[in-house]
Amino acid sequence: MSSIPASATRSSVELALSGRSRDIRGRLFSGALLLALLLSLAILLTLLVSIWNDAWPVLRDRGFDFLASETSSLPERAGVRQGLVGSLTLIALVAAVSLPLGIAAAIYLQEYAKDTRLRRILVANIRNLAGVPSIVYGILGLVVFVQALRSITGQASYGRSYLSGGLTLTVLVMPFVVIIAMEALRAVPWSIREAAYGVGATKWEVIRSHVLPYAAPGVFTGVILGLARAFGETAPLLLAGAVTGFLATSPGGPWETLQGPYTALPVQVFAWSRLPGQAWVGNTAAAIIVLLATILIVNLVVIVLRTRYERTW
Amino acid sequence: MISLAIVIALVGQAFSFLGKVDLSTLWTDGWFPRRGRFDVLTIFTGSVLVSIVAMVVATPLGLGAAMYLSEYATPRARRLLKPTLEMLASIPSVVLGFFALAVIQPTIVQTFFGSTSAFSLMAAGLGVGMLTVPLIGSVAEDALRAVPGDLREAAYGIGARRRTVTLRVVFPAAVSGIVAALILGLSRALGETMVVAIAAGGTGGSERTFDVLGPGQTMTGAIASLAYGSDQVKTATGLNAFDSLYFVGLLLFVLTFGLNIVSERYVRRVRKAYR
Repeated sequence: MSSIPASATRSSVELALSGRSRDIRGRLFSGALLLALLLSLAILLTLLVSIWNDAWPVLRDRGFDFLASETSSLPERAGVRQGLVGSLTLIALVAAVSLPLGIAAAIYLQEYAKDTRLRRILVANIRNLAGVPSIVYGILGLVVFVQALRSITGQASYGRSYLSGGLTLTVLVMPFVVIIAMEALRAVPWSIREAAYGVGATKWEVIRSHVLPYAAPGVFTGVILGLARAFGETAPLLLAGAVTGFLATSPGGPWETLQGPYTALPVQVFAWSRLPGQAWVGNTAAAIIVLLATILIVNLVVIVLRTRYERTW
Repeated sequence: MISLAIVIALVGQAFSFLGKVDLSTLWTDGWFPRRGRFDVLTIFTGSVLVSIVAMVVATPLGLGAAMYLSEYATPRARRLLKPTLEMLASIPSVVLGFFALAVIQPTIVQTFFGSTSAFSLMAAGLGVGMLTVPLIGSVAEDALRAVPGDLREAAYGIGARRRTVTLRVVFPAAVSGIVAALILGLSRALGETMVVAIAAGGTGGSERTFDVLGPGQTMTGAIASLAYGSDQVKTATGLNAFDSLYFVGLLLFVLTFGLNIVSERYVRRVRKAYR
């Protein structure tokens, strides 16, 4: 140790204390990392700006008319009403089926099921299902809902109905809903449960009065995020029979409507993006703005809910 | 239950297709379902090319963003930046498809790479890459943050700089989580449909091509265009072209399911390491 001169030690200590600015490679590295992050955000910004630029003339000239018009082969008369109505109907269907089923499945897996091999396989399987491409779910929907269950999903529409589309999307979002609901249930601390057991509550009473209320914000966040995802899905609906061209809706009761043909907002975006001509580019961009605005509102609601009900233990 | 249903539905239909099809057409030149040419390799290379482009874009951006958020950003900056990155994840893929076709192809691919086509695998790959960035970013960030603070403190204690800590201590400790993030990203890129269906071209079919700058067809794109257009078209041999989509779907399912299982295994290794 004595071979190192004192001055060298002193200078290196000084460097360490004062010389942050001399660590050029360190600065370059942190700069590069920041650049990666900002570039990703710049992409988001470019995307929004360029689409807004395309969409603005249509939104400005057509305004509410664009929202209220039906599909048409004339770009200046085409609107998104059927797509918007279709998407909202589909989402209502998905929510009605996936909410009870998903929460029930999560409660069973998290609270009741013993930690057996079977449960572990089930959970791992659900996680994997969340990563399966959505178009594969579309094929499933085609085989099961459009073809096999045609007598339920609508004979007249050859099975290409709201019911088929909605059930296909339900199958698609179920893994997400179950996973997120399970995480929310797991986050409820044991002490809360123990306290309830301590005063003599049964298992179901503990879950209903203690675990569920505390887990509710997390569960609903998950459900709403799942619904937002379903709202933007296109590929499975193409296979499950969403109408991409002209759509004529026939009058009928609610059940007939559900068994009838349908389209959805993202499907319209897809169909329009393939049509030639500048007018359709504007229409596509405007439809995208409507789509994004809806998803943005949903996300904002989630963020507000999350900050409002978030609690720390 | 669901995955069982998927497997049964796909396997049954795929084999009925394989039974009817002339097997030599699975290995001819080009994917033209309406003409009875089902070269699997064509759409497989298409998928791989798109995924490669996507990963080349998404890996540095996603990992860089993750490292910055986890190691460099102040808590306040992180609270602001992370939701913004997650916003990018919530954009529907059909929107990025339109963006890839209307903006990326004319401004980037045609200008800088001299592509002459209106569609290209490159533009589709870039679009898919943008979709993959937030996925890789958030999974990798979780992995980096799961590295216990003790390790960082210990490294700082012996005088390491922040870059050294990030690259030599935190990164190796989180490496299996990062690999998992990349595998998940790859499986997402392989399974992405709408961007490819809109921006890659090759709707009616494609020759076997390795040209990234030209149009092409991928596995997912092939399924989408079969569903979109050639519904009940019979080929010359009386075969229903539509049925080939079950076969392609089965391949895709097996491929992504396998990748997901591999990544799950890596994630579990991370969890074991620092409990």
